[in-house]
Amino acid sequence: MPLLEVTELSKKFGGVHALTMVNLQVEKGEVHALIGPNGAGKTTLFNCISGFYRPERGSAVFKGRDITRTAPHKIPRLGIARTFQNLELFRNATVLDNIMLGRYMHKRASFFSEALFLSKAKNQEVEARRRVEEVIDFLDLQPYRDRVIAQLPFGTQKCVELARALALDPELILLDEPAAGLNSEETRDLCFWIEDIKEDLEITVLLVEHNMRVVNEVADRVTALDFGAVIAHGTPEEVQQHPDVIQAYLGEDDGAAASA
Amino acid sequence: MDTNYIRRRYLIAWISDAIKPRRDIVMFWQLFTSGMALGCVYALIALGFVLIYKATEVINFAQGEFMMVGAFVAFSLIHFAHVPFWITVVLTLLIMAAFGVLLDRLVMRFLVGEPAFSLVMFTIGLALFLRSVAGMIWSTDTFAFPSPVSGEAIQLGSVAIAPGDMLVVGATALLVLLLYLFFRFTNLGIALQATSQNQFAAYLMGINVEGMFSVVWALSAMVAAVAGILLAPTLFLHKDMGFIGLKAFPAAVLGGFGSIPGAIVGGLIIGISENLAGGFLLPWVKDIFAYLVLIAVLIVRPEGLFGIHEKKKV
Repeated sequence: MPLLEVTELSKKFGGVHALTMVNLQVEKGEVHALIGPNGAGKTTLFNCISGFYRPERGSAVFKGRDITRTAPHKIPRLGIARTFQNLELFRNATVLDNIMLGRYMHKRASFFSEALFLSKAKNQEVEARRRVEEVIDFLDLQPYRDRVIAQLPFGTQKCVELARALALDPELILLDEPAAGLNSEETRDLCFWIEDIKEDLEITVLLVEHNMRVVNEVADRVTALDFGAVIAHGTPEEVQQHPDVIQAYLGEDDGAAASA
Repeated sequence: MDTNYIRRRYLIAWISDAIKPRRDIVMFWQLFTSGMALGCVYALIALGFVLIYKATEVINFAQGEFMMVGAFVAFSLIHFAHVPFWITVVLTLLIMAAFGVLLDRLVMRFLVGEPAFSLVMFTIGLALFLRSVAGMIWSTDTFAFPSPVSGEAIQLGSVAIAPGDMLVVGATALLVLLLYLFFRFTNLGIALQATSQNQFAAYLMGINVEGMFSVVWALSAMVAAVAGILLAPTLFLHKDMGFIGLKAFPAAVLGGFGSIPGAIVGGLIIGISENLAGGFLLPWVKDIFAYLVLIAVLIVRPEGLFGIHEKKKV
């Protein structure tokens, strides 16, 4: 059974078919890339999986449980973390505070024991901080620990968002264009981290990415979308040589629509 | 003697008497301390504005009416049900928390995503509604609210401080301290802060954002109730007492709408400065002084005293 199985998912916005009968299977332990031209529905699919959109039909099943109608705040509790294309960070808080919020849902002490700072509340804070330090070490964020997000360069902010998602201890992590806006050095680091996330942390990765070098380097399997429908899936090589994919990226052969 | 000269002298004497600050240090501190008590009430109402605005981006113009309802609930418990004062405080807080949660669940939830203008009209309508209902239940009479403290004014040097004023300042300081600890150290408080900063990200952290909205409505209704219980004994209890919210609004703006310490400092500045202006300048200046201070501050610092000035990148 796949870790995440999307079956015949369809989502409309007015008359626009953002997703039509999309099928997608993400196996446990793999890095799965979603590719496709702008407006193909990749982010819409992410929003359906993370509960922000309600699809008209079809389902998304995670670990054998239908999550299609689950409230967005319950999705992370089931083990799915996510990063955004245009960063969604707590901009006026420090790096440490942002990552600490990743531990929010793991805290179980009651309000009462927190108010009196009983040993249970104390232990959970120590534990949360320990986990956060592990993530900080993993992504080499030590020098930025106490810096406020708004003052940091874009690449570092992306890294903080990844760190916060990892602090949730997810089983599946959704990365929406993780390499967008990064320089070549940062992109190289990102590729290593995705490898480590898969190998060392044993977290399954589903990512949307335009940078084909990144996709070739990290992805085990690739699914290509165009106009809201799956046009190909397989290994990176297979998908890139698929005639429909080439056509989607380069346009019709007669050149009239060759705008990509 | 030259009549023009006398007339001129008389005019000068009259003007200097009216405008020249009397360097009366006792009177200064007297006005300062009573202004501080008034400022605390402004601060608490302003705090209610800010709490709701930060989390839900709704400007609740009924905040003053929340205070009035809280004061009447407490009054009814004491006067009709003969509940002891301190138990009344606890019960009133619980009732007002329930009021806030119900308002959010039954009404505000369906207005999420509506244009800001509709929401403003809604809260103004809510204020009118609460005022009318209060008039129906408790009549349009003015009531005397029993004060929890009594006795002689406390002499601090030559300045006399009313025990009621002391209670207002002390209770406000305690409440602000508790709120600070709540927002800084509890998991719920931190989740509320996260929701205020970025709702999308809050969802991703597993925070129940709708639940946080209910909490914040409850919280600001409770803060308003405290303001009402503190204000009613020193001023009066009347269905129109919520109009004092109109003075608390400039306090919130002064502090940089969206900043909790700003709301407190803004409230104190307005309370103290209008009391001093009323005493030292002309009595009628008192009622407009809040707005004069506001205009002056906003000219110098458009983002308010504690506001974060976010420049748009182009």
